[in-house]
This record gives sequence, C-alpha cells and structure tokens, in this order.
Amino acid sequence: MKKKPGKKKEKKDEAKKKMKILILGSGALKIGEAGEFDYSGSQCIKALKEEGITTILINPNIATIQTSEYLADKIYFLPIKPSYVEEVIKKEHPNGILLSFGGQTALNCGVELHDQGILDKYGVKVLGTQVQTIKDTEDRDLFVKKLAEIDIKVPKSKAVSTVEDAQKAARMIGYPIMMRVAYALGGRGSGIIQNESHLIAQAKKAFSFTNQILIEECLVGWKEIEYEVVRDKADNCITVCNMENVDPMGIHTGESIVVAPVQTLNNHEVQLLRDVSIKTIRHLGIVGECNIQFALSPDSDDYRVIEVNARLSRSSALASKATGYPLAFVAAKLSLGQLLPDIPNSITKVTAACFEPALDYIVVKMPRWDMKKFRRIDRVIGSEMKSVGEVMAIGRSFQEAIQKAVRMLDTGMDGITAKVDIEDVRKELKNPTDVRLFAIAEAIKQGISREEIAGITKIDNWFLAKLESIITIEKRLLEEKLTPELLMQAKKHGCSDKKIASLAQMQEDAVRVMRKKNNIVPFIKQIDTLAGEFPAKTNYLYLTYHGQEHDITFKEKKKIMVLGSGAYRIGSSVEFDWCAVNCVKTLRELGYFTILINYNPETVSTDYDETDKLYFDELSSETVRDIYELESPEGIIVSMGGQIPTNLISGIKDHVKILGTRPEHIDNAEDRNKFSKLLDALEIDQPEWKELTTTEDALEFAAAVDYPVLIRPSYVLSGAAMNVAFDEKALKEYLTLATEVSKEHPVVISKFILNAKEIEIDAVASKGEIICYAISEHIENAGVHSGDATMVLPAQKLYLETTRRIKAIARNIARALFITGPFNIQFLAKDNNIRVIECNLRASRSFPFVSKVYKLNFVEVATKAIMGRAVKRVDKAVFDLDYVGVKAPQFSFQRLKGVDPTASVEMASTGEVACIGDSLGDALLKSLEATGLMIPEKFILLSISGIQNRTKFLPEAKRLIDQGYILYATNNTYNFLRRYNVPSILVTKPTAPSVVRRAFSRLNAKPDVLSLIREKRCELVISIPDELDPNHHEDKYLIRRHAIDFSVSLITNIQVAILFVQSLQERKHLSIKAWDEYM
Amino acid sequence: MKRIPAKIVLEDGSSFDGFSFGKEVSVAGEVVFNTGMAGYPEGFTDPSYEGQILVLTYPLIGNYGIPQTKQEYDLDHHFESSKVHISGLIIQEYSETYSHHEAKKSLGDWLKENNIPAITGIDTRALTKRLRSKGVMLGKIIITDDKEFFDPNQNNLVKQVSTKKAITYKNKTPHIALIDCGVKNNIIFSLIKRGATLTRVPWDYDIFTNAQYDGILISNGPGDPKMCHQTIKTIKAAIKREIPIFGICLGNQLLALAAGANTYKLKYGHRGQNQPAINLDTKRCYITTQNHGFAVDEKTLPAGWKPWFRNANDKTNEGIRHNAKPFFGFQAHPESMPGPNDTSFLFDDFLDVVRKNNEKKAR
Repeated sequence: MKKKPGKKKEKKDEAKKKMKILILGSGALKIGEAGEFDYSGSQCIKALKEEGITTILINPNIATIQTSEYLADKIYFLPIKPSYVEEVIKKEHPNGILLSFGGQTALNCGVELHDQGILDKYGVKVLGTQVQTIKDTEDRDLFVKKLAEIDIKVPKSKAVSTVEDAQKAARMIGYPIMMRVAYALGGRGSGIIQNESHLIAQAKKAFSFTNQILIEECLVGWKEIEYEVVRDKADNCITVCNMENVDPMGIHTGESIVVAPVQTLNNHEVQLLRDVSIKTIRHLGIVGECNIQFALSPDSDDYRVIEVNARLSRSSALASKATGYPLAFVAAKLSLGQLLPDIPNSITKVTAACFEPALDYIVVKMPRWDMKKFRRIDRVIGSEMKSVGEVMAIGRSFQEAIQKAVRMLDTGMDGITAKVDIEDVRKELKNPTDVRLFAIAEAIKQGISREEIAGITKIDNWFLAKLESIITIEKRLLEEKLTPELLMQAKKHGCSDKKIASLAQMQEDAVRVMRKKNNIVPFIKQIDTLAGEFPAKTNYLYLTYHGQEHDITFKEKKKIMVLGSGAYRIGSSVEFDWCAVNCVKTLRELGYFTILINYNPETVSTDYDETDKLYFDELSSETVRDIYELESPEGIIVSMGGQIPTNLISGIKDHVKILGTRPEHIDNAEDRNKFSKLLDALEIDQPEWKELTTTEDALEFAAAVDYPVLIRPSYVLSGAAMNVAFDEKALKEYLTLATEVSKEHPVVISKFILNAKEIEIDAVASKGEIICYAISEHIENAGVHSGDATMVLPAQKLYLETTRRIKAIARNIARALFITGPFNIQFLAKDNNIRVIECNLRASRSFPFVSKVYKLNFVEVATKAIMGRAVKRVDKAVFDLDYVGVKAPQFSFQRLKGVDPTASVEMASTGEVACIGDSLGDALLKSLEATGLMIPEKFILLSISGIQNRTKFLPEAKRLIDQGYILYATNNTYNFLRRYNVPSILVTKPTAPSVVRRAFSRLNAKPDVLSLIREKRCELVISIPDELDPNHHEDKYLIRRHAIDFSVSLITNIQVAILFVQSLQERKHLSIKAWDEYM
Repeated sequence: MKRIPAKIVLEDGSSFDGFSFGKEVSVAGEVVFNTGMAGYPEGFTDPSYEGQILVLTYPLIGNYGIPQTKQEYDLDHHFESSKVHISGLIIQEYSETYSHHEAKKSLGDWLKENNIPAITGIDTRALTKRLRSKGVMLGKIIITDDKEFFDPNQNNLVKQVSTKKAITYKNKTPHIALIDCGVKNNIIFSLIKRGATLTRVPWDYDIFTNAQYDGILISNGPGDPKMCHQTIKTIKAAIKREIPIFGICLGNQLLALAAGANTYKLKYGHRGQNQPAINLDTKRCYITTQNHGFAVDEKTLPAGWKPWFRNANDKTNEGIRHNAKPFFGFQAHPESMPGPNDTSFLFDDFLDVVRKNNEKKAR
C-alpha cells in the first residue's frame, strides 16, 4: 500500500521529465525592452528546472544570465523570428512554448507563430496566457470591446486603419487627442496630437510599421496608476503591487518617476482600481502575470483602463524588486497549471505565495536618460520612451528614497538640488525634459509656489511638498550651524555626506566623523514582503536613517563584497550584471559568503537567490563604506561591475581592502598620463597624445600632429563627450564639451588614425601572468566606438605576427601592472604598426561574449585568481575553434526621434546580440538579423559618400547585381557605378524641390528617394557617410532617418556593408545549432 | 516649529522616542500593529480597536488627509463608526501636508479633535518585530504625565462599543437581527445594499421576545470573546431555533463558543489587508482584511461543525460552519473597509441562505 503514492509521484515526475518547453527571450537590450527580461527569463527557467522540465531557450542576447550553461538545457543564439523559431521547433519538438517572458519581442513572435499555424503544425501548446487573450489585450479595438462587455471604462477611442478614418475619429472625440499604436514597444509612435495637420503627419508615419492606430481621448494630467496582477487557472487572482507615477498621464511610465506603493490614493480608490484590475484580468482570462495601467481623475474617482500587458514587463520587474515577490518565478509555475495557494513564498519560506505583499518602506524608481549621447536629439520627454535604464531606491521616507535615486542615476547629480543649466524654469516645467525633477527643485528654490508648479506639471501637491522639505533642510544647512539634530534631519531627508559637506562648508570626511561621533548611522532593514509580520528568512536589504536597530546580524564568516553595475546606460548594461552574477556564483562555490550591492531593478544580480546578502542600495563611497564597516568582509571586488565600481576606488581605497589588482595599478591604467608613461617605459606604441591644459596648447598640438584628433576625458565609460575633430573649429567646440563632462579628471587629445583596424584582447591574469585571453577584431575600422562595433571572435583576418605582438604587449602590461583579475586592452593596427589605445583593469563589455564563444568562463577564472586560488594557464587548444562568434550592436534609433542614426566614437547602441556560426558569414547574417535587420530579397538603395568608400564597395555592388539584386542609387553613387558599368536606378535627392521630385516620379524616370523608402520599395538602405568630410549633409541624414522612421533596414558602415554583401550568398544555408553543438 | 517629544513605553521596558502630532495627552492600552498600507480613516474608527494603541507598519501616513463625512442612514461612508476607537497611534513618518480632492482636514487635526495622542518618528519596524517576537504587549504613550499600564481586555469592551438601543434600518426582506458587538458601518451598508432590513441590537439584547428575525448576523468587535456571556447565550438559543446565523470576526469566535468550541489569544493577532484565507471546500484563496487578536481553536469544534476557511500563512482558523445547518462564521472582514472586497459575496451567500430558509419554512 505504502508504495503506491510513491509510484504515482514517479510517474508524474517522468511525465514532467518528458516535458520540453521552449522559451522565447527578448533579444538585444533596446529602449523600452531592456534587462528586465533577463530577470524574468532567468526566474522562469529556474522555476521550470525545479519541476524537472527540459528547457530550450532562444535568445541572441549572449550577455544575459539566462543564456548561461547552468540555466536552460538547450540555448540557441538565434534571432527571435518565426522562421528561426520554426527551425528550432522542428529540431527540438517541444511540447509547450512560453511567450510572456521575453517582452514584446517574444509576444509578437509568438502571435505570428500561432497565426502562421506553426505551433499547431508541430503540436506546440502555448502555456499560460493564450494567444487569443494576447490579441485581446494587444489589438486596441478588441481590447475596448472586451472591456465594454463588463462595463469597465476605457478612454473614448477609435481604432482606425487609414489616415482618413483617423481624422474622422479625432473630430468626433475632439482635440487634443492621444494617438496610440497597436503592438508597440513602450509606446512607440504614440503621442498627443493638437490638430489635424499634426495628426495626418503622425498617422502616416505610424502606418508604416503598423496597420492599426488608436485615436483616443486625452487624459493628460490624470494620475497614472499601475497594478501587477497574478491569476491562476482556477481563477485565484491577486494584485501583488500597486504603483503611482509621480509624473501623471502624458509622460510615459518608462519616463516617469514611479513610487510603490501608491501614495496619494485613499482606500476607496485603491480598492476600486484593485477590483477593476481583478475583474478585467478574469474576464480576459490571463493565466500568469500581467500589468494593468489606469488613469485616475485627480478630482473624483473616475478612472480609465489604459492598457493591459499580458506578459511580464518592465513594471513587473520593478514590482518584483519593490515587493520582494518573485513575480516571474510564480508566473512560470502558474503557466504550468499550478495553483497559487500551492506555491510557497520563496522569500519568507514560511508563508504562502497567495497573498499580497505589505511594504513597510517606499520605493522610488527613476529613469536614466542618455540624451547627450545622441546627435540631434529632442530632449523633451512625453508619451514615448527615451530612457535607457532605471534605478530603484528604497527608503522609509519619500525624501530619503528619491534623493538616493537621483544619486544612483550616476549622472553627477548629488540630490534633487543638483546644478543644471535651466534657462527658464517655467518653460522647463511646461515642456519637461530629462532634467524635469531638477527644474522643479529649482522652481521651489526660486520661490515659485507649489500650487503654481502643480498647476503646470499636474504633479500631486503631496510629492511637491516632500521635495520642498528637502530644500528647506538644505537651506538650513547653508545658514545654520551644523548641529547633530540638523545633521540627523538632513540624513533623514536623504542628503549625502558630500552634499551636507558642501552646504555646511566642511570636508566630506568631517561630516562622516561628526555622524559617527553622534551615532547618526544608517540602519539595515529587510525587505520581507509582509512588513515584519512573520520572521522571514530574507537577505534583501536596504539602508535607512529612519530607524533605531538593524534587522540582521553581521556575524557571518568568510565574507566577500562584490559591487554591481548600477543603472543600465549606454556603455554599461546586462554584460556587467552577467559578470557580477558569475563572480558571486564562483565565490559561493569557493565557499565564501557573498554580499552584493546593486540598485538596478532590471537585473538578475538583485534577485533574492543569487547572493547571500543583497544590499539594494547606493554604489557611493559613503554607502559602500557604511556597509563595509558593518559587515567587515575580507575584501571588496571592484572589477566586475563596469565603470561605477572603478570610479569608486579612489574614494574607498584607504578604508577598505580591495581585492585583485592593486588600486595604485588600476590608477596607472585609468590615468591617461600615468598609463602613457608606462607604455613609453615598456616601449609600447600609442597614438600621439597630450593632456589638455589650455585651448592654445590643444590647438598647437593638433596642428603639430595634424588633424583629425580625438578628444576624450579620462575616467569615463562609453566615450562620454568623446569626439573626433577634423578642424580647429570643431576642436574648440568639443573641448568645451569635454571639460563640462569631467571636471575632476584631465581631458586628453590624441592623434586620430584613419583606416586603422581595431583589435581587443580580453584576458585574465594572476599576479601579472596571463592565464587566459581572447583576441577579437572589429569589423568596422577605428572611429566607431568599441561598444558600437561588430566584433568577431576568434579574429578571422589577423596576421599571425599581429596576434603574436598583441599577446606580447598584453603580457608586458599585465606584468608591469601586476594584474590579478580581469582586464581588457584595445589596439589600433595599421601598416604593421600596433598601438595601444586603452587599457581597463576590470571585466569588459565583451567578457560574456568571449566566455560563451570559448566556453570558458573568464569571470570564473578571474574570480579564482582574485581570491588567490591556484589557476592553471588555460590550454591553448581551447582557443582553436571551428566556428565563429559575431557580436553586433543594437541601436534604438527608432525610439529617438530626429537622431542621426550613425555610429561614431561616442557610443550610441543600447544593447547587443551575438550569434555563433559555422563561418563568418553565417554568424554575421544571423547577428544582423537578430538586431532587426531584414535580409533583402530584391531591392537595395545605395548612397555611398567619399570616393574611397565607393571604390571599396564597387566589387560588392557587382556581386549584388550578379545575385540578381536591383540597385537604386543616389546621384554620385549612381554616376560612379555607371562609370564601372554597374547598372543602377537613379533616385532624386530628398532635398530637391518637391515639384521636381513629383515630376520625375510621375515620369517614373527617377523615383523619389524618400517615397521609395516610405513605401518600402527598397528593403535595405546602405548609406555610408564620408568620415573625412565632417560637414553635415542634410540629404544623407534624411535618407538614413527615413529608413529608421519607416522600419527599413539600414547599414551605415562601409566595412560592415562589404562583409554583409560578401556573406549574402550564405543566406539560404544558415546553421541552426544549439550552443553546445558548436564544438 | 517646535516639536513636542513623545514616547511609547512597552511593558517589557523598551521605549521608543518620537514626536507628538495628535492630542497632547498620555494614554495606556494594548499595543498592536497593522500592516495595511492605506485606509486610516476607516481603520481608526473600527470599534474592534477599542482600547488599543495602534502601530502602523507602513511608514508614510496622513498623505491624503481626512475626508468630510458623507452620511446615509445616519451612518458614515468614510468612517466605520461615529468615533475614533484607537487609543493612540504610532507611526514612522507623519505627512503634515495632505493632498486629496476629498480631504477636509489633516490626520493630526482630526486626532486632536478626537483626543487621540499620536507619535511620529518611531522605528515602527523595530517596534513591530518586538511585538511579533514577544507577543502583543501593554504599552503607554507618554507625552504629558506618566501613566500606569492598563489592560483593556479586563473590561467588557464589547459593552463599551455596542449600541445602547435597538435601531432599525428599513429596506426590504429578509429581516436580519444584527447583534452589535462593535459593528462596522460597512457591514450595515453591505446588508442594506442587498435589500435586507436590519435591526441593530445591543450585544446583550433579547432578540426572541418582541420580534421574529429571518437571520442573525453577529458583528465584529473588540477584545476577548469569552467576555460576551450574554451574546453567547443568545446565539445558543438561536442555534436551537435553527435561525440562520452569520458571524463576522468576533462573531465567528462567539459562534464557535456557542457551538461548544474554544477560543484562544493569538500571540500577536492578524491585522492587515493582505491575509490569505483559503476556503477548505473549494481550495480557493481570498485576500482579506483582518483585525483580530483571538482565534477559534479548530481542534475543539464539536461534531457537526467543521473548519470552513483557514489562513494560508499560519494555518489558523478563518471561519467555521455547520455541516448541515445554516450556521457559519468568517474570521476575516467581508465588508473590508479598509481592504480588499474579495469576500463580499459572503453577504450574498448569507442572504441566499436566509431566503431559502424562509422558503423552506413557508413550505
């Protein structure tokens, strides 16, 4: 008798084992779809593995944690496109597919797979929320109908498919109206429309990438509220978290400061929206997790449901981190058919998952923008998302949390009263940009009343009053003697020691001394999902000055602290999270107790089960020292989180033990002057350079070495304020920019070498000896920031001699700096000359890429080296591969209206992908496709500037013709091709008078280039700027911008264009192999 | 602005310092905590808090002020009774500035008007953890003079908060006797809204002599259920007469005692809006508002009775019912206020049972 249940269980387990589930990832990080999907996908895989299910993951984002060998059983680095997914299904025969863990990309792909009958054909069942429900939430028309069935209020709206219908609908609803786009990431193409001509222009643009838009009533100024809802198949339904946007309707939630829980709603409103949420989600039939957004009138309890996201989202990642409730994990279990009451709360381990978290703190999320990185950007924020990352701060007062959040952005702002140049405060309030918060603080400072500010911004008076209290405290700090009482008040209002010091005219350390003397110290509190009601075993921690005792003890032994990467921004994103997670993982395997500090809600490193203790708090020298003093770990690892930890070294090195390469050696590499001297001593070449003292000096230097020259501030990542100047005028302009960005560190100019090849080495050393390395080459010539470059590993086109010399240089530098841990060196190679341009004594952006291509975890090796473990030099055979990896940048230009979509020395890509192939072409084509490029079938537009570029491309143009492509060309390109007997069709200039364009167009003689793109009569635009010609060409810009705005593939780099064309012949036989099949 | 120091002292000797923002008086009582994040006007007027000093775990309080009264049947929609029932309030961070279209005054002013002391600036998490690990304690808020510790549970709190005379709220059928042990307004509204006529009677009222009721609802209320001998007697009589009975919160405990089961004091009670209650018959889970310090001991339920709901977190009883007869009790608050409305259907269920019972009687 006793054996029976056991047998039953065995059978069940066996069934599960046979169960094979395909998970679609979200691809590269882009604006509106970022690291949060690494979090959701990783939690999903963990949840499935716990059930013994075989998991197959498709995701070309190689830097993610979810694509680690220890997570999914099979990993495909392939584009998230139906054609590729079908191939994988054919090969793997999964029983089920999960669509809700890979953002909009996965959702859209899933719907297509369903509609094309592919899922039915291979008997793959959609788990969790069904496709019809997805459609009901994504198609605005269906959505509105569906909600009308249960009398849920939605904005007055009309879904239209033509511009004329849009005009009609708008007239009916009345201007201003809101235009929304179906199936859009983060509100792309959405916006407030004031009048008819505006509507016509916007609607036309939207119809280029969607066949439906929504014209709806404008709710600008209403409160914007979100609920995260979870439902199981038995209809148990809970709301895990509610959130309030500080910036009300009109500003995209991804662009808004958001607080959790809601602050200005009373019980009636909280419950009303909760009831509507549950009613809606039940009616739609969602199984798993979803997000519902509301507009709530500030004057009554009138509401509208704005949208439902039937999948994990950026908001659900935030809610998950804000509450401690593992939403993605639970959603995955529910997708399998499990019920909420049966799932334990994995945070508390003593309570159930079927409950709604109670918070005893406030969470503030702030978006991180990188507007300065883009040429021609419109900095106004509104209903479209432009931010590239976000931070989450936790405190026990709003002031404490928001001031932390501002500092976490790492944009040099020390709290809400940071100095920013705002000409007209009222104008800024009215037309908000990325500095809105600082404008509000400035307005309060200038004595503009809260009522007036609320009137203009529609921000609730409650938030403004809290901001005002910070300004009041700062005023006291400026005017009064700093007493312990005032110091305590300032800390409770979230002021940093540095800010207090600057206001009270003291040294930062003196403030710290005074704090300690008066026992004004932060206390450590736990995030436990239930406000202390049960003794939870959580390791999720934050610091607060609103407290009198710690929640935890600090008695653990063998502790190591690791600093995370902070907010994702251009130049630092998920790859550093991968490094931090793998570092911690290795430390745990070595038997250490790990402590991680990070504050980015989009990360896996901030998941509750990744570290032994997680401090969800600031990466500032003040906070790191506070935690260090409490924990007394054996040391800190600063080389895994990118540039933020590196920048902290100088502030903490005298107070903490830094593990790995010594701080003074790191400084020798980071400080341009010192590093250059070192290279000279080692007789290693470098481009001629000079540290800027005066403008005159700079001009003199540039004249001596000859233009172009490169300007860069030291201690920066991703080339902030980096520029190439081709003449004196540009040099002067860029110098001003560079000094603005970096006031504390010197600005450097160097000779910019044209037509040079860029090569990188990623390596790990132990006590100065290299243990493993990876040499990769850029496809683009130097001049494109390494973060924007397409990288090939192993390098395919290097001379053996070059490789040998690079290794020798790396070896010498490693010895000279006595490197222990990860490092990266970048080289320029030209005419057999190899010059070093940069050296970072930390893990680099490409560490996950090289680790995964070589199947050798560089971070694991580095961590062992740092901890002084014996690490053997890696056998050279590892580096001998029969396959190639290509890493390609992902740009988000579609999101960034008006920005010129070209790459330069300043990084502009928001993410990256990498695919592995049997050949360079195989890998390249897949990588480019994974970034959204469509491989053309027939029509290509060429617009190539510069005689050099045209000459280089000529053979490829011939090749295209041979393969049956039809080429369109702009004037100069056309003439050039004609001279060499390559047939092409001439198109008119975009700036030609419209009469001319129309006339030619009518005659069908010369197609108008812009309508060619708009009407998608060409599938690919190859538009190459001439790097020798710094002048701005409106024609070329318009062509590129049009390609972006109307979703036509675009290539702007000559080397990429050439290699792409050379690879095209392989397009019919791309390899579909899992990672482990490349051997 | 000069801030007036205030402190909360617990019977274990611990003490927490903050500043006064309510009435400047000292008070003693039983210290309990609630984890709800919104709904203080409703919460503080819940008669179940009689005699208790309330600690809110959510740190930011007072944000949306206090609304104007909005009355119907002489009862307020925004408040759960006609007075503030907590003895004192302990929070982390009081918001001087409030902002809401319905707000008429600040929380501080309202508490002052009602003679309730309040302290801000307390590490409420530390205080909560103390109450959680040591159990609910007596405590005192000291602002002016010192006070003796005082255990409100020694008093018959129900008697203090129950109506002094019977009141009828006329609507249609059925006619329900509402035994007021400290009833919340929304229980009354919930029944009226569903068409019932209500007669709200004092806790020790004789409901059998002068009228005939179709059903009995035993309300929530403060303190130890065992103090309500008279109510238990009434319920026993009703059980004998097989009148449909629905007990809410304290009413659930009183029903259990009348059935012959036992109740006990929880270490630190359930007070919040996120308590998961599982229906043991259907396995469905509901998120409920709770406010109780005592619970039914399921093991002591006599034959014929069974547990109906159970807490998914600590597995304590959240409701009982009779196997065959129309008697049931729910430990949580189907009327919510504040909190989720997930279980409001229980009022429908109750009235259905009452109506069916009437039909049966008619046959």
